[in-house]
Amino acid sequence: MSDVALQVRGLAHAYKQRRVLTGIDLDVRRGEVFGLLGPNGSGKSTVLAILAGLLARQEGSIRWDGREIHASDRSFRADLGVVFQRASVDPKLTARQNLLVAAALQGLPGAVARTRSAELLKAAGLEDRAGDDVGEFSGGMKRRLDLARTLIHDPRLLLMDEPTSGLDEASFRDTWRRLETLREGRELTILVATHRPEEAERCDRLAIVHEGRVMTVATPTELQALVANDVVALDCADPERLRAELKARFGLESLLHRGQVLVDAERGHELIPRLVEGLRDVRLDAVSLRRPTLADAFLKVTGSGLADGEEGVA
Amino acid sequence: MSLRPGVLAQEAGMVLCMWRRELLRVRKERARWIGALAQPLLFWLIIGGGLSKSFRIPGAEHVGSMQYFFPGMLVMVLLFTSIFATISVVEDRQQGFLQSVLVAPGSRLSMVAGKVLGVTTLAVVQVIFFLVVAPFAGFPLHGVRWLLLAVVSLLACIGLTAMNFTFAWLLNSVQAYHAIMGVLLLPLWFLSGAMFPPPGGFLGALMMLNPLTHAVDGLRQALAPDALGVRGLPVPIVLLILAAYATAMLLLAAWSCRRREAS
Repeated sequence: MSDVALQVRGLAHAYKQRRVLTGIDLDVRRGEVFGLLGPNGSGKSTVLAILAGLLARQEGSIRWDGREIHASDRSFRADLGVVFQRASVDPKLTARQNLLVAAALQGLPGAVARTRSAELLKAAGLEDRAGDDVGEFSGGMKRRLDLARTLIHDPRLLLMDEPTSGLDEASFRDTWRRLETLREGRELTILVATHRPEEAERCDRLAIVHEGRVMTVATPTELQALVANDVVALDCADPERLRAELKARFGLESLLHRGQVLVDAERGHELIPRLVEGLRDVRLDAVSLRRPTLADAFLKVTGSGLADGEEGVA
Repeated sequence: MSLRPGVLAQEAGMVLCMWRRELLRVRKERARWIGALAQPLLFWLIIGGGLSKSFRIPGAEHVGSMQYFFPGMLVMVLLFTSIFATISVVEDRQQGFLQSVLVAPGSRLSMVAGKVLGVTTLAVVQVIFFLVVAPFAGFPLHGVRWLLLAVVSLLACIGLTAMNFTFAWLLNSVQAYHAIMGVLLLPLWFLSGAMFPPPGGFLGALMMLNPLTHAVDGLRQALAPDALGVRGLPVPIVLLILAAYATAMLLLAAWSCRRREAS
């Protein structure tokens, strides 16, 4: 059997006249966590919506386990669990009721539903709050319950759309720790759409999605290696002039991102004193050195930043 | 244990899930359900009481306004219950619980059927509550044709809820749903014969096309052997019309769900 569990070919989609996907190809391997990294509006959520059957497929093909699937494919849906941007739980029901309703949705018999609900509530650390209304839960608890809801029928493919959106750092780490635990001892394939570099770093492989296209697919390490050197970030009142001076005086190419001038430098710690000395008349406000992140890799590959509406200038 | 049930279990599960959720939510939405019951009751008391001196049906002068309006109030209970229960679909579909329903293996028809059955169960219970005041309207409970009343209520509520579900599904905001309620649903009730018998001419023809007219007619015949002096259609025809309305609305709602996904 091929190690590719989910294969997407030529997926294209348009809302009225606006094309949001222009031929997406993906090969997601069995049991891996595959990330779609891109800013809001890049098309990654549309990919997930089509895979989940929430949007009709206009062009392209999807194969699951080597089998072509169609929109209302029952066996594919039975293998599928979907975590949405906002927790899809009913705030007016208790945690246990939410899981029992989710189990009914999958057609699980009552006894199985009760056993699974109890197991998942325990695994989510919500055993003591099982009888409480979900409306009283914190954002992190709702997320934990939402993940439990998604797992009620033991899905083989998990689609996660910005699963840690709106969570604080502790809840973010907790969510990913639970996902890691979940993968132990089972073959669960996860496709996660995110714009957070720290989330993307936790994926086995990543597709960089930009303006409805996959720009490249690689591991996080490989992507970070695209920005092989240190990143020197310079703040200055006139960044355009600074970029011109960097080119003229040092022969350095740079990127403008969020008002910062970024220079990809092999030995950043040696470059900084030279820049400070050589650019005294430009009046730098701040100079910093850091290791490249996936946000830098995204910027390098696409020329745009990961945050909403930000444009990088090459 | 198997976590991959068969097709029938998936479809039944979808219906059960949607039905059960409606019932579970009742205890959290008491005000909503009390509102659906109190509004027709107040309407009946105020309008019925206010018009009691001047109200008169030619040929059935013995029928007072409180008695005449009562079957229409039962339909209003069904209408408000279905409106209040389907309004949440607007937001639920975009970012709430319904998203998880849409990715489950069951069909759209089962999803709609479950929701509609849940609302209908509650609406019929509300109608039964409302019937507590029926003797005060001149309808002794021992004279009620209960089976006919239940079937008419059931079919009318299925049709209404499925129709309102379709509106809620296709609209993008609660405000738009309120607009539909104002310009379509309430006029539908006013033109149902609840307030006055169908006159001749264009208005009468329009009222005969309104499924709620036949719901009011059916309930009137279930409550009073002489149908309060209003000549309606025979019971089998009334039931046939309401069954056709319920089926058509259910299919329309299921079709709308699929159509929306394609957009």
